[in-house]
Amino acid sequence: MTDRATVLYDVPGPRARLRNNALTLAFGVVLLLVAYFVWTKFSEKGQWNGELWQPFLRADTWTELILPGLLNTLAAAAVAAVLALLFGAVFGIARLSDHRWVRVPAAVVVEAFRAVPVLMLIFFAQYGGSLAGMVVTEFAAVVFGLTVYNGSVLAEIVRAGILAVPRGQAEAGHAMGLRKNQVMRLILLPQAVTAMMPAIVSQLVVLLKDTALGFVVAYADLLNAGARVVPANYANLIPSVIVIAAVYIAINLALGYLATWLERRSRRSRKVAADPAAAEAAAGGEVALMR
Amino acid sequence: MEAVVDELPVILGAFWLTVKLTVVSGVISLVWGIVLAAMRVSPLPVLRGAGALYVNVLRNTPLTLIIVFCGLGLGTVMNVQFSRDDLSLNSFWLSIIGLSAYTSAFVCEVVRSGINTVPLGQAEAARAIGLTFLQTLRLVILPQAVRTVIAPLGSLLNALVKNTTVAAAIGVMEAALRMKNLFDAHGDAVIPVFLGFAAGFVVLTLPMNLLAGRLARRLAVAR
Repeated sequence: MTDRATVLYDVPGPRARLRNNALTLAFGVVLLLVAYFVWTKFSEKGQWNGELWQPFLRADTWTELILPGLLNTLAAAAVAAVLALLFGAVFGIARLSDHRWVRVPAAVVVEAFRAVPVLMLIFFAQYGGSLAGMVVTEFAAVVFGLTVYNGSVLAEIVRAGILAVPRGQAEAGHAMGLRKNQVMRLILLPQAVTAMMPAIVSQLVVLLKDTALGFVVAYADLLNAGARVVPANYANLIPSVIVIAAVYIAINLALGYLATWLERRSRRSRKVAADPAAAEAAAGGEVALMR
Repeated sequence: MEAVVDELPVILGAFWLTVKLTVVSGVISLVWGIVLAAMRVSPLPVLRGAGALYVNVLRNTPLTLIIVFCGLGLGTVMNVQFSRDDLSLNSFWLSIIGLSAYTSAFVCEVVRSGINTVPLGQAEAARAIGLTFLQTLRLVILPQAVRTVIAPLGSLLNALVKNTTVAAAIGVMEAALRMKNLFDAHGDAVIPVFLGFAAGFVVLTLPMNLLAGRLARRLAVAR
């Protein structure tokens, strides 16, 4: 890595190498000092005490307190992911409809739900549902919020993916005498979905991260386990939140690697006519990961 | 509808807090994100490693968890205080720490990819005509990088506006939490109140998106 020209630096010569080594040493010391400062601050409050971390070495902390939360998080994420994919497929295709009366309402729905924060949608599901006389569980509210928001984003991804398939593909389909829905179902969608797979998986990572919003409405998810349940038993909020963060990071990194692997696979495959990179850029690319 | 009209000052106050959260954490995360990006493109493996670690940890952690860590962990356990007597000011600044820490990881990645999209040949040509490092950076690389970065930064800002609602997790009375309070106060006017707040977010994000889109198109680098 070091000895390669980048857009900013040439391959370092002897003098630059010497300078780089000196700077490496200097910055290494600075970073260690920062780490030491943070460490002592936490140490002053006794956050590294063994008894605060001990609960995580016992099986019952995991089986009784953390795993139920993790299961709830995964359940909400799985249900919301399936519903959001359906929502996205339906509205993404509807936005490309030939009929104005389908295209315009679909566009309004997608743009409106994309503009509203997920947390507001969750609150709205709770209060709107009970206004309509329904009992809305925290699970249902979280799934509703995640579905309509991420579904709208997925709709945009699907639409961008379909538009990125070369026009000749649809024209060839029509020339062969396929109906509109056959062209969409047999020709456009399979290519679009393959090309958009990385973007779709990235959005599902966002969805999984957003299940943590359930914490605000007291849904018993993984964050709730880490920030309310475990500290209530052992008074160890900081260690507990750090452990829970590690669990989230592990799951998301695994999904991230899946996205990268899918991307590499679809790049390799010659069957895909739509260029995944172009399609992803059309949908906003990596930035989408923030929300 | 009456509920929205009656509570208009309250609603506007909540959105003013949302705007303050956005602007302050936006500026902090822009600066900190550029520092992180500089670390990640530097020739020093220590800085590259530290930057990569920061970005990967923060990007893969839910924002809610980060904000709860700032509010309860730093605020309550570590006793980090910004104001002795004003609790809401305290949680305001704690949530800004969380929002900035999270957003800066994304800013870093946007800036870094902006620099990386400049073709290597541009820098080689600049060096070949004898420009120094700073001249290369100032005259050749940054003008191209900044242009490609505008559109993604615009969508980050858009996401940040919506992400400020997560500060509700530690009791900051921004738009989402205020909306919930108004739901409690006006149980029969849930839909008008919701539409009012949704319109507020559209008003905040729409001009920004249009401006970023137009700027990005006008400044696009033809390659």
